[in-house]
Amino acid sequence: MDSFLANIAILVLSGFIGFAVISKVPNTLHTPLMSGTNAIHGIVVLGALTVLGTADNPSIPLQIISFVAIVFGTVNVIGGFVVTDRMLAMFKTRPASSKIEGIN
Amino acid sequence: MDILVYALYIVAFAMFIIGLSGLTAPRSAVRGNKIAAAGMAIAFVATLIHIRETSSWLIIIAALVVGVIIGIPPARKVKMTAVPQLVALFNGVGGGTVALIAWGEFIESDGFTGLRVASGPVLPLVIASLFAAIIGSLSFWGSIVAFMKLQQILPGRPLSVGRLQQPLNAILFLGSVGAAAIVGIDSASTGADPVWFGTILVLAGILGVMTVLPIGGADMPVVISLLNALTGLSAAAAGLALNNIAMIVAGMIVGASGTILTNLMAKAMNRSILSIVAGGFGGGGATGVDSTNNGDQVAKSTSAADAAIKLAYANQVIVVPGYGLAVAQAQHAVKDMAKVLEARGVEVKYAIHPVAGRMPGHMNVLLAEADVSYDAMKETDDINGEFARTDVTIVIGANDVTNPAARTDPNSPIFGMPVLNVDQSRAVIVLKRSMSSGFAGIENPLFFGVNTTMLFGDAKKSVAQVTEELKAL
Repeated sequence: MDSFLANIAILVLSGFIGFAVISKVPNTLHTPLMSGTNAIHGIVVLGALTVLGTADNPSIPLQIISFVAIVFGTVNVIGGFVVTDRMLAMFKTRPASSKIEGIN
Repeated sequence: MDILVYALYIVAFAMFIIGLSGLTAPRSAVRGNKIAAAGMAIAFVATLIHIRETSSWLIIIAALVVGVIIGIPPARKVKMTAVPQLVALFNGVGGGTVALIAWGEFIESDGFTGLRVASGPVLPLVIASLFAAIIGSLSFWGSIVAFMKLQQILPGRPLSVGRLQQPLNAILFLGSVGAAAIVGIDSASTGADPVWFGTILVLAGILGVMTVLPIGGADMPVVISLLNALTGLSAAAAGLALNNIAMIVAGMIVGASGTILTNLMAKAMNRSILSIVAGGFGGGGATGVDSTNNGDQVAKSTSAADAAIKLAYANQVIVVPGYGLAVAQAQHAVKDMAKVLEARGVEVKYAIHPVAGRMPGHMNVLLAEADVSYDAMKETDDINGEFARTDVTIVIGANDVTNPAARTDPNSPIFGMPVLNVDQSRAVIVLKRSMSSGFAGIENPLFFGVNTTMLFGDAKKSVAQVTEELKAL
């Protein structure tokens, strides 16, 4: 029970941190923010790994469910980070009026 | 060894927070995303250490390989105009994972009776799992419907069963919560029947479908943000059930982020989140009424050549992009036009309304793709004062976000919604395919304004023609 209460405390605190950090993100970056946070909730793949990995002699249904869950979670994480990276690379600040190579 | 796993999780979530802080400015954003991705890799390694004695390596490795193979190609190839549906899809599979985790736990613990992750009463863990199951399933099916609407597999207009919609959704919601309560109570004694757990997933899934179906295309920015928040919260709940601090922190931060965005979007439309979710309002302009003649008001049509002359002799031009720009994929054409104008000494700015497009910041990404500089994109509050001293404003595929009735007509359904004061500029050129109304089917008096001329046709072609005429001048 102690660890559960400690986890609830972590939950509440991270909610406040989330609000504080995300409030500062400008409108322009809202799509990358959304796709970036989308990739971060792909962390659920860890949960799928844990459920399957800690089961002794997992039954066939559990194996199937876990397989699909790990595939879904991996798609979420990998796809999310890749598409966010692509998007962010396109945002450039104005270097005079002409382009300067090598600015990310 | 468990201390090592715990420590790595702490490092991982610290990196998520540092990474997201980087998103506050475009310059640090790319690095921020990479830091977050590195944090994810660390959390992943920690989990593999945690489960190192498992007998299921074959399934795990196979699933990871399949996930990578499926996940990377669409992320690398997707057109920037199609990012909203990809984000919806990734969000959906995340929610699906959460629902499946809860299901897996249910099987593994013999209907939750064997749940012994922590010492002491297991009820809070069961509740967290059931919450994860409901929200995960809802988010999965809701996101799939949002994806199909954005991809135009389903029509973008609201689809609903009419008055029965709200009672039906309420029954579905109460049904899934009721089934969850039965599972919760049974898990304390004999172990719950799998049928009840299946009932939770099915009813929550139908609820997800029925909630998103009646929501119109123009309300999609709110829906996508909301689904994102829900998946985050369900991930945090799954983290509680599994005693995994990295999942708790990451899920909660995503939940906070999604909540902030949902609120911002709803505020930008001057509507409550509840009324948007209730649906039936946002038609996305799919069914337009042809009304070139509006009583004694007549919209004036113009030609590319006339538009080019107006633009060429302006000091300042503001471009107002909307969903139409995304549909026509006109972002590069617009940038080309801006380049020609800037070469003539005309100042070009971009006014971006928060709900223009199909997801928060949609227009910014498209313009960034076309190499428009970050500093030239202005938010509503920053640019509204400038329209009065702007010679020409070009509205490209935007409608309701420019509607002056939101300021002047108390009877208008969108009265009070913050809009771009386009009508105040000396001349307005509206690029549109036809005279159809916007998402609410509301007349836009802007089109009949004294200063307004309409340039009908495909936005990309129209802009390209204007650019040609400009070059010829």
